[in-house]
Amino acid sequence: MRYLPLTETDREDMLARIGVPDVDTLFSDVPAGKLLKEPLDLARAKGELEVERILGKLSAKNTAAGAVPFFVGAGAYKHHVPATVDHLIQRSEFLTSYTPYQPEIAQGTLQYLFEFQTQVAALTGMEVANASMYDGSTGTAEAVLMAHRVTRRRKAVLSGGLHPHYTQVVETLSEMANDEVVALKPDVRATEDILAAIDDSVSCVVVQSPDVFGNLRDLKPIADKAHAHGALLIAVFTEVVSLGAVTPPGAQDADIVVGEGQSIGNALNFGGPYVGLFAAKSKYIRQMPGRLCGETVDADGRRGFVLTLSTREQHIRRDKATSNICTNSGLCVLAFTIHMTLLGQAGLTRLAEVNHANAVKLADAAAGVKGVEVVNETFFNEFTLRLSKPAAEVVEAMAAKGILAGVPASRLKPGAGLDDLLIVANTEVNTDEDRAAFVAALAEVL
Amino acid sequence: MLNRQGRPSQAGEGASERHETFTGNRALQQIEPLIFEIGHHETTGVDIDKPAPFKSRLGKHARQGEIGLPGLSEPETMRHYVRLSQKNYGIDTGLFPLGSCTMKHNARLNEKVARLPGFSDVHPLQPVSTVPGALDVMLELARYLMTLTGMPAVALSPKAGAHGEACGMMAIKAAIAAKGEGATRNVVLVPESAHGTNPATAALIGFTVKSVPARDDGTVAVEDVKALLGPDVAAIMLTNPNTCGIFEPQIVEIAAAMHEAGAYFYCDGANFNAIVGKARPGDLGVDAMHINLHKTFSTPHGGGGPGAGPVVLSERLAPFAPVPFIHVEGGKSRLVEHKADAPEGNDPFGRMTAFHGQMGMYVRALAYMLSHGADGMKQASEDAVLNANYIRAGLADLMSLPFPDHPSMHEALFDDEWLKGTGVSTLDFAKAMIDEGYHPMTVYFPLVVHGAMLIEPTESESKASLDLFVATLRDLAMAAKGNDKSRFTAAPHHAPIRRLDETRAARQPVLKWEKPAPVKEAAE
Repeated sequence: MRYLPLTETDREDMLARIGVPDVDTLFSDVPAGKLLKEPLDLARAKGELEVERILGKLSAKNTAAGAVPFFVGAGAYKHHVPATVDHLIQRSEFLTSYTPYQPEIAQGTLQYLFEFQTQVAALTGMEVANASMYDGSTGTAEAVLMAHRVTRRRKAVLSGGLHPHYTQVVETLSEMANDEVVALKPDVRATEDILAAIDDSVSCVVVQSPDVFGNLRDLKPIADKAHAHGALLIAVFTEVVSLGAVTPPGAQDADIVVGEGQSIGNALNFGGPYVGLFAAKSKYIRQMPGRLCGETVDADGRRGFVLTLSTREQHIRRDKATSNICTNSGLCVLAFTIHMTLLGQAGLTRLAEVNHANAVKLADAAAGVKGVEVVNETFFNEFTLRLSKPAAEVVEAMAAKGILAGVPASRLKPGAGLDDLLIVANTEVNTDEDRAAFVAALAEVL
Repeated sequence: MLNRQGRPSQAGEGASERHETFTGNRALQQIEPLIFEIGHHETTGVDIDKPAPFKSRLGKHARQGEIGLPGLSEPETMRHYVRLSQKNYGIDTGLFPLGSCTMKHNARLNEKVARLPGFSDVHPLQPVSTVPGALDVMLELARYLMTLTGMPAVALSPKAGAHGEACGMMAIKAAIAAKGEGATRNVVLVPESAHGTNPATAALIGFTVKSVPARDDGTVAVEDVKALLGPDVAAIMLTNPNTCGIFEPQIVEIAAAMHEAGAYFYCDGANFNAIVGKARPGDLGVDAMHINLHKTFSTPHGGGGPGAGPVVLSERLAPFAPVPFIHVEGGKSRLVEHKADAPEGNDPFGRMTAFHGQMGMYVRALAYMLSHGADGMKQASEDAVLNANYIRAGLADLMSLPFPDHPSMHEALFDDEWLKGTGVSTLDFAKAMIDEGYHPMTVYFPLVVHGAMLIEPTESESKASLDLFVATLRDLAMAAKGNDKSRFTAAPHHAPIRRLDETRAARQPVLKWEKPAPVKEAAE
């Protein structure tokens, strides 16, 4: 077996040195009869070529986003990732390292975590950010728990524009913890009156912008009302590139900001691994979940970085910890940080502009198709079409024509009266030809 | 250090005083500023054409003012991150004996196949008809996990080990609620020696935690568990092999006692890599167990993650597995994304994450499984256990073993009894290992042992590598017991940076870079 360095002779010598007759003696604590005698019913070891062949065949059965005109978003986005990013994250010293428990030989990891925290704080307009969460959805659930700790209340109000999967993740955790959730009905026109749901019993209001239908939301009035009632505003986004073009949540007085960072540096990966962005006002740092990297000095007075404020964490506080999280999305953070460094403010602003321009072009073209209405007044790179036919059927018909047209809203939340809505994303990877193909195919199937 | 010819292996040994340089750099050890100190707002390493003029639809939401993000050109970016990488230790750098973390070889084949466009470039919400290969990967991974554990069901979506713990405990909570005992069964037993994630997870989802004492031999005794059992107990969370590196000998009796009391047995599977192909948790009475794919199946843990924490479930818990999952009936598989779509007899407790979990990690883990096969995985477990015991045998006369009566499984646990009176602490000893070119072992965990040192070499190390490691630790141990204290208390001497002030970091948290005030302003 190519991954195992010991030879049979080594094994015999080592058993002799340990002083046991065979390796099973080392398993003597396994209760009688529970040690397997026969090999399990699985294939035997395969060479590298054979494994590549098997997985290559499975990969080839899927339609890759890059192979077709592609407009699927709703929480994960196809963007171009510079070649430099994937090359750098495969450097052995990054790829094969662990959580930086020994800071003297983990300054590479710690410094990029510090850079990441600073980038996320700047992007969101917030005072502090952590070193990442698993993804945007689990980060949102953690933000709700954090708001409960801060306010000592246990009721969250979720906007109807919040991604339905995010809503479900929050609901699942809240139901288990006996916390209360008021999830407003998904409403594509964003007319739901979230302000009316805020009272003195509410711990937090969770609002997404751009929301799941692509609408940009005005967060300030919601923040004001929440604060007047002693509640926090949790602002969520699933498309981090939007922050290159729109007013950040921090400038609208959000208390906690959670987002999905997949768009920058990370591939679609069929849903994971992704990278959760998490930022807050600095007065709440001791209630934040997850890892934090902080600056300090070494014995010679030189600047260095360490994991810090670990007294919030599970390995010290046990059942009183701010969360049970023990890891972060280290390598995905690295990809994010490198891509964001390549972009810089100038590149991110341009990238966002191109995304928005492309989406506007597509929305305008789609609006000209009979049986299609663009429902959004404002949007960034994603918008919603109301179709004259069920969107799920339209998507299947367009897939048969080799175009992945978007996400039917009913797939995210069946039975909610969203059947005629199609959520369409358009990023910098889409060309004029892609858009023309989309519009032509849409006209044909409607 | 002498080389093989018996000569000093360092040129100019003895003349070791540090010559300061103008830049502060030392040959390959270069001081690397933050991107905020070298980048500019107008610099970018990405070429994107300006779009033709168009009418914005951002409305009043358009961003005003600076973001405050520096950019670097592509060559500057390359150099910055390559230099940072050189300040890091990884498995490819050398032996990384972190007990309980399992730092084994990360095969690059896994990286290669995970980047195939049919896996990395597919969207979780594109039509299911366009991703049959992705579903096949999930089904095949699930089959391997169920076969290796002897369990009938698996929930793939948890994003990390601790997230998997939450998933398993939620399934238990849902099963209890389904029996109408939700209001009364709310206590979870957790041994003192458990990972901190166990009590944190139980508390997170609304259970009350009761501690099970650790015995003097490092194990949990069935009598101690029985003494705590009652109609209010929902489950026990037990790690096996446990955090002391011991296989819990009474595990079958403990499982039976839990079941008899109407409670469930959650097994923390962090150390599953010790028994893959040797014993199956399903045969031991386990109801739920998470599997850290990075630990047992070598998906890389690049600087802290991403993890992946699939959970195997017993027959009694299987119906409560969260969405999404793949349901196979009559040879046809379909993706179940909502509770309402669940097949007859299933009652999913909810959803753990927005999409389907860590697909990128599934592919890597499956590549590892296919590469090893059943025979190779069994051999890997045996070699991991053999290597740990070989290190133990090589050090047991110099360093103290808290639990000499049980064989070590995949990791060997020492305590600091042997350092008493030397003035050298476990931490000092660990830092001195850095100077010898090793990543330190896990220190101060498990908490039940004073000054713990937990060494896990994994199956990836050759005998020669283990021999050198043992010889190095013996040399260090002798020095610690001798008079060379500064070799330890001032260590590391040869790292990119010297020992860091962690207290200062916590007392005055600086969590992001701030633009320095202009010199004139600062002076006022």
